Amino acid sequence: MKHKTFFWFILPTATAMLLFIALPIVSVVTQSLFTPHEQILKTVENCTPFNCTESTVVDLEATEKQRVEQPLGRWAGLSIYLDRGHLATTAIAEAWNTRTSLGNFVDRLGNLPFYRAMSFTLTYTFVVTPLLIVLGFVIAVAVNSLHRHLKGLVIFFSLLPMIVSPLIGSLVLFWMIDSRGVLGTGLQWLLSNPDLSLKASTELTWIMLIVYGVWHSAPFAFVVFYAGLQTLPQDTMESAMIDGATRWQQTKYVVIPHLMPLVTFVALIQLMDNFRVFEPIVGFNAEAHASSLSWFIFNDLGGETRLLSSASASSVLTIIGVAILLSPVLVRTWRDFNAKG
Amino acid sequence: MSAKAFKQPPALRTFSSAFVIVWLVIAAFPFLWTLWGSFKIELDFFSKADWQNALTGARTFLEHGSPFTGDGYQGAWVQEEFWQAVINTAIVCFFTVAISLTFGTLGGYALSRSTYRYTFWLLIIALIFRAMPPITLVAGYLLPFFEWNLWGILPTTIIVLVAINQPFTLWMLHSFFQKIPKELDESAKVDGCTQFQAFRHVIIPVMWPGVITTGLFSFLLAYNDFAVTSMLLSKENQTMVPKIASFLGTTQTEGNVMFAVAAVVSATAPLFILVMFFQRQIVSGLTQGAVKG
Repeated sequence: MKHKTFFWFILPTATAMLLFIALPIVSVVTQSLFTPHEQILKTVENCTPFNCTESTVVDLEATEKQRVEQPLGRWAGLSIYLDRGHLATTAIAEAWNTRTSLGNFVDRLGNLPFYRAMSFTLTYTFVVTPLLIVLGFVIAVAVNSLHRHLKGLVIFFSLLPMIVSPLIGSLVLFWMIDSRGVLGTGLQWLLSNPDLSLKASTELTWIMLIVYGVWHSAPFAFVVFYAGLQTLPQDTMESAMIDGATRWQQTKYVVIPHLMPLVTFVALIQLMDNFRVFEPIVGFNAEAHASSLSWFIFNDLGGETRLLSSASASSVLTIIGVAILLSPVLVRTWRDFNAKG
Repeated sequence: MSAKAFKQPPALRTFSSAFVIVWLVIAAFPFLWTLWGSFKIELDFFSKADWQNALTGARTFLEHGSPFTGDGYQGAWVQEEFWQAVINTAIVCFFTVAISLTFGTLGGYALSRSTYRYTFWLLIIALIFRAMPPITLVAGYLLPFFEWNLWGILPTTIIVLVAINQPFTLWMLHSFFQKIPKELDESAKVDGCTQFQAFRHVIIPVMWPGVITTGLFSFLLAYNDFAVTSMLLSKENQTMVPKIASFLGTTQTEGNVMFAVAAVVSATAPLFILVMFFQRQIVSGLTQGAVKG
């Protein structure tokens, strides 16, 4: 295809991505380096017939003039990144210097909002991803041995947790595990603890969110592995059987190696998707006990005061996190492409 | 080799069937429970006295003379104007899917037919864009959108969702077009067609299976989005998902959780129907990238 033809074909999609993905990234990086102007104050004297008082008021004219002259705000450099709401370098240095033990240092790190969000995001990502792969694999193997008329039905119901909006899915579960809901009551009865509430403790909230994450994403792994099982080489299975391999050995030495490329694929996609965990925290109303990087940005952007600079700094840090997670994929794609020539 | 040799021993068979049943309950029961409960009053849906009330609707019966009530739906759709959100969602989804597919087919086709090295870099950039959480971009949108008075309206959200959709659409359609033999459009070009005519008369008639699959995923992305729609739409233009989230803020205190329950059921119903009709396409779409390895 000629360069010129290619250009016209790619133009609409490239323009859309340039205007609404690439430029916003530039804008986010810029905004994170500036902070809003402070209001300019002036002292005015109010005189009544009896006495004069001095008061400080906002000089609206000067403030507006400054805003028009420098719409981005004051240059802040990296200070927003290093402040207490983000990387909190001073607080960390202090915590390190005055630590009583390593545990104490980690505890104090957990009190800083950004690190709190990061620790949950990373825990969620790296716990949910392996669990959903294992669960998805087991479901795929179990469904594969069903009668073929049942398979379609099982796949239909299995797709549901994945296809509904994460917010809706988490609300549905949230209402059930409410202490007055059916699962909440069931757990109270099971553990014979009538005051048990999953919302009240940090550990239980984290477990709840992780269970939700596995429930939501396991269908994806299941469908991919199930498709992989349909292409299982029958000859190899037969030879393994003739050689006297047990069922477990067949699974271990034939099925799992055959599915391995798919496992990598699912793991990479799910690492990216779980890293952006956000809606469940809103749905489960779990802000008090768990916050993720995405929720952290959302929280800055929402409400009356839109803290754009702070949200931008968190966004840049999140993008850096995504880049680190993504680097193995990029290296792999690069190698594949070069191998193909 | 007979199928008999592959047959499982009875113990394993029972175990795996039991496992599938347990999984089905885990996957489907929450939705059925919520559907059933949405026709009850709050005291039954969240029953402190007896969990069976949620099944039998004892209190609903006392209050309404019947174990079912449409009060939640009435409250959500009429009182809280959920119908407006439904219309907004329909508009957003329709235009997002239509524009994404138009841009995506053109771009994906070009990427699959060009042999130059820059196609690789374009795909890599798309992959990086695909990996970024959409919420990280929102801070970049707000300032210019406020400045130019674009904030809060549906067209802005549609074009933003189209852009966020593009990387995924491009990858999917690119791999789909690669499976269509190049000889097809090349022979058309030999016969004197321009590249665009070849695309128009040869490729478009055979591309529909891939386009439908990709369209389904674009639809799901637009339908399920919360991060972008909740930040970029004003209150009266909200789509379903942010509308439901706003119910939680306002109605939970008023004790009208049932509005949110009814709204959740209403928003899930179209997805049920979608999966029912397009199960095959969804499954093939999910596995398309995977089986290539």
